[in-house]
Amino acid sequence: MRAHPLLKLVAQRLALGLGTLLVVSVLIFIGTQLLPGDLAQAILGQSATPEAVANIRAELGLDRPAHIRYLDWLFGFLRGDFGMSLANKQPIAEMIAGRLTNTLFLAGVAAFVAVPVAVSLGILAARFRETWIDKTISIVTLAAISMPEFFIGYLLIYIFAVKLLVAPSLASIYPGMALPEKLGAVALPVATLSLVVIAHMMRMTRAAIVNVMASPYIEMAELKGLSRWRITVRHALPNALSPIINVVVLNLAYLVVGVVVVEVVFVYPGMGQLMVDHVAKRDVPVVQTCGMIFAATYILLNMTADILSILANPRLRHPK
Amino acid sequence: MTTNLLEIDDLHITGQGESGEPFEIVKGISLRLKRGEVLGLIGESGAGKSTLGLASLGYARHGCRLVHGSIRLGGKELLGAPPGLLRTIRGVNVAYVAQSAAAAFNPAHRLEDQIVEAAVQHGGYSIAEARAEARRLYAKLRLPAPERFGQRYPHQVSGGQLQRAMTVMAMVPKPDIIVFDEPTTALDVTTQIEVLAAIKDAIRCEGMAALYITHDLALVAQIADRIMVLKDGKLVEEGPTAQILHAPRAAYTKALVNVHRVGGVMKPPSGKIPSLEVRGIDAAYGLLRVLHDVTLRLDHGRTVAIVGESGSGKSTLARVVTGLLPPLKGEIWLAGERLPGALAQRSKDQLRRIQLVYQMPDVALNPRQTIEEIIGRPLTFYFGHRGAERRRRVLRLLEEVELPAGFAGRYPAELSGGQKQRVCIARALAAEPEVMICDEVTSALDAQVADGVLRLLLRLQAETGLSYLFITHDLATVKAIADDIVVMYQGKIVQQGRKEEVLTPPHHPYTDLLLSSVPEMELGWLDRTLAEREARKARGERVMESADR
Amino acid sequence: MKTFARMPLSAKAGLLIVLVFAFAAIFGPWLAPHGEAEIVGDVWEPFSTTFPLGTDSLGRDILSRMLWAARNTIGVALAATLLSFALGMTLGYVAAVVGGWVDLVLSRLIDTIMAIPTLIFALVVLAVLPPSLLTLILVIAVLDSTRVFRLSRAVAMDVAVMDYVEVARLRGERLPWIIFREVLPNTLPPLIAEFGLRFCFAFLFLSSLSFLGLGIQPPAADWGGMVRDNANAISFGLIVPLIPAAAIAILTIGVNLVVDWQLERSSTVRRRA
Repeated sequence: MRAHPLLKLVAQRLALGLGTLLVVSVLIFIGTQLLPGDLAQAILGQSATPEAVANIRAELGLDRPAHIRYLDWLFGFLRGDFGMSLANKQPIAEMIAGRLTNTLFLAGVAAFVAVPVAVSLGILAARFRETWIDKTISIVTLAAISMPEFFIGYLLIYIFAVKLLVAPSLASIYPGMALPEKLGAVALPVATLSLVVIAHMMRMTRAAIVNVMASPYIEMAELKGLSRWRITVRHALPNALSPIINVVVLNLAYLVVGVVVVEVVFVYPGMGQLMVDHVAKRDVPVVQTCGMIFAATYILLNMTADILSILANPRLRHPK
Repeated sequence: MTTNLLEIDDLHITGQGESGEPFEIVKGISLRLKRGEVLGLIGESGAGKSTLGLASLGYARHGCRLVHGSIRLGGKELLGAPPGLLRTIRGVNVAYVAQSAAAAFNPAHRLEDQIVEAAVQHGGYSIAEARAEARRLYAKLRLPAPERFGQRYPHQVSGGQLQRAMTVMAMVPKPDIIVFDEPTTALDVTTQIEVLAAIKDAIRCEGMAALYITHDLALVAQIADRIMVLKDGKLVEEGPTAQILHAPRAAYTKALVNVHRVGGVMKPPSGKIPSLEVRGIDAAYGLLRVLHDVTLRLDHGRTVAIVGESGSGKSTLARVVTGLLPPLKGEIWLAGERLPGALAQRSKDQLRRIQLVYQMPDVALNPRQTIEEIIGRPLTFYFGHRGAERRRRVLRLLEEVELPAGFAGRYPAELSGGQKQRVCIARALAAEPEVMICDEVTSALDAQVADGVLRLLLRLQAETGLSYLFITHDLATVKAIADDIVVMYQGKIVQQGRKEEVLTPPHHPYTDLLLSSVPEMELGWLDRTLAEREARKARGERVMESADR
Repeated sequence: MKTFARMPLSAKAGLLIVLVFAFAAIFGPWLAPHGEAEIVGDVWEPFSTTFPLGTDSLGRDILSRMLWAARNTIGVALAATLLSFALGMTLGYVAAVVGGWVDLVLSRLIDTIMAIPTLIFALVVLAVLPPSLLTLILVIAVLDSTRVFRLSRAVAMDVAVMDYVEVARLRGERLPWIIFREVLPNTLPPLIAEFGLRFCFAFLFLSSLSFLGLGIQPPAADWGGMVRDNANAISFGLIVPLIPAAAIAILTIGVNLVVDWQLERSSTVRRRA
């Protein structure tokens, strides 16, 4: 018996996602190792002594051929052995562990807030298309998209932390903190992240629904005398589901990256903050590891979006 | 008096123009429909017939508005009626069959769930009753395996079957009226006759009234009791089918009836070297073989028509001859000179001598170039004409294709479909070709405009001795202008020869199916054709049927 | 002029914003009362007639730095956008018109680069590259050109399958004629709108990098960097960091409003044609 074509499609997407990951690991490696000039020199600056340069070269193993270094790095990465930081000589795995949890916590809470709000607003705007409700939502979200995250962040700090004194301006959390306290601490960064993501997600949700509502089968349902409710739930929703799921997961991917700037604004002890600090210190191994983790999360989420929208597509679910 | 099911009086409907200003689509039309009667609404694009059809369900598309008049269904006023009332009527008292069934069925649900939906939701049927009724109707409309048919999803059945399934969907709740909006236009001609026969049969048996909307007079004549001819949102003429067909009063109706009566002069075959010869061509798209051993000959000053349905390979043949798709094997000869298979290997002069005119003039003209630039480019490219000389020749060419000289400075968007097609012809003529390939050049045009283009092509041939390779699915066009006919089916030539020979029996079974499927402008053509097919089957002759069955 | 009169209010506002910022970017250095890095007062002085927008963390005049920064920030973003279009459009058109393996290789490569989040990729690269304006422009332009490539390839593909392009190929026209005469004129309207969007992206991206301390380097004035320098002021209840941040937001909104109007207009024009 032939495999279900859906399985084949999903398997293809999985393979494509993993292949992309592999190529991206090469790109990130090339990005940090094979740039013009001497890496060690670049890290230390022009005024460095020859001995210091030689030390760094040895530490990074720069005398070995590039492809060997790449394979070493890749297999180390897969085993969870990320190497040592240049700046403070600590194992990178230890530095990252707690930070990664914090970042995922922040992004997770933001997603939990943003997804329901964005999808409901999107449906609302599509339902009341071209009325004042739609236009208001559209202008507000356009403004939100246009603002840099740090503007929204400091604006919220100014209003809620400085003027109203209802939330802390710095989101400091530490291991062993109780959940309600933790949530209180991240209230403002979560709000900042959510605002930006909601705007994007809502606009895309609206577009997906408007697109489905313009289909001839919706007109046909209307000509069959079906109720508005039945048209929405039974005829529009199953077809809008696939694009909406896609929109949601794509925005989760965006959220993971948007976290970098927000962490810096609120001095939040997450991966983004760590990465930025170590870029400034030219601590290549740490930057590489953080970059690879961010990129992998992003790629895996995008792949999930693809697979989910394949699974939600009725035409692909019931092949000829 | 009250026997009228549907009464529309002085109905005005507006749509939205380019920048939002309203304009009238339907300008004061009145209409009566009696129980069990089939009324044909006929007109060309823009006549307002679909808008009128939808209005009989009290419905107006996004941007359209029912502004004035009255629509009474069984005595109830629909214009301005509350949405609740309209919902109880739609799908139950009056049902709609759309042109594109493939788009009008929801891809997310099984056919049967959609087919019984209106009947179960507000038609007072139980699910079991509605399903039983649907299955009875599948059989009635000759759908395959009626017990299982409804279990499929829309994308799992063919276009002709979907169109019949939509008719079933309209009929299940036993409405008084069904509005058919061009239900067969998207189908191949051999499928169209099947669907038309099934619809006609079902309407008669179930005793429903129908509004049958189409642009094809010959088609509607087979099914309608009465016909209303519409043009630009107004009624032109109304009468019993026989009167419209045999004694039309309005000039516009007369023109519709007489369309396709153009005829060329019979030309004797010339013994010279043929303008174009194609020998043993095989061609494929990737692994998909689309042409098998195609051989044909086009003599100087003659027209060879290649006919076949979608998928027959006729357009692929045009791509092979022009060099866009190099053949796998076989030879192409242009006036005794063998042409390389690939476009890139042909010389500029070889390219010049074969010109192609496309089906859709809208996308065949660069919207950012003026008509002068469009027609002038081949003059510069092939002959090096520039400046005043080029302009003089462009104007001459415009005159040739019967367009005013003032068009030279315009952009394609400012021209109508027929005018654009004439520009395309002028551009082809500018290259002074020997062979002109016409790929469905009239099928995107309204019948009368198409007629004008055909006359133009015939005149140009008589004047310049051009040879045409004329690709079409429309047999009426073939009868009008071809000297020789090539019939293609599934990538092979099934019959070819002089027009009189091919059109006179005995035919190849496929030619026979194709020829007998083209609606003719006479009463009872459909019944007669179907009866003939049955009779021949009964006699044991080989009769081909549409692949859609 | 007629077009301006028929513009919706939102687009007029957008256009006004863009013009004001362009004016500031061009004439900023002459309008500024003080030098770019000149220390003229105390730290974080309040708004006054001498310092209309107060002073910053080092006692420099904020108004002057805002004006100097307009040229730096907008200039770098604009240069990066122009470069990304030159790169992205060229590759996009070649991929669409030539097709075949050229298209395949280019598209795969670009897809892979796009699979990495832009900011993350930039951070990785900036960890090793010397911090200069040229580096910044190149990094932003190359990363952004992937999006331009995608769009110009897509629109050029749409046009390249049109019959009139086939007519030109059948006539025997060469590649330059086909690209510049048949394809390009029909693909410009969506690309013009995209230019606005890409500029916003480059501008926000540059500002974010500067805010993170990795963009335009001090003492050169730059809005993102000014937010960073004065971030601490917010805990003293001063709105100093919000001023440059608001400037960034307002210009982005302005460009977006104009682009929205342009997109809507070109879609109705297309429907008409």
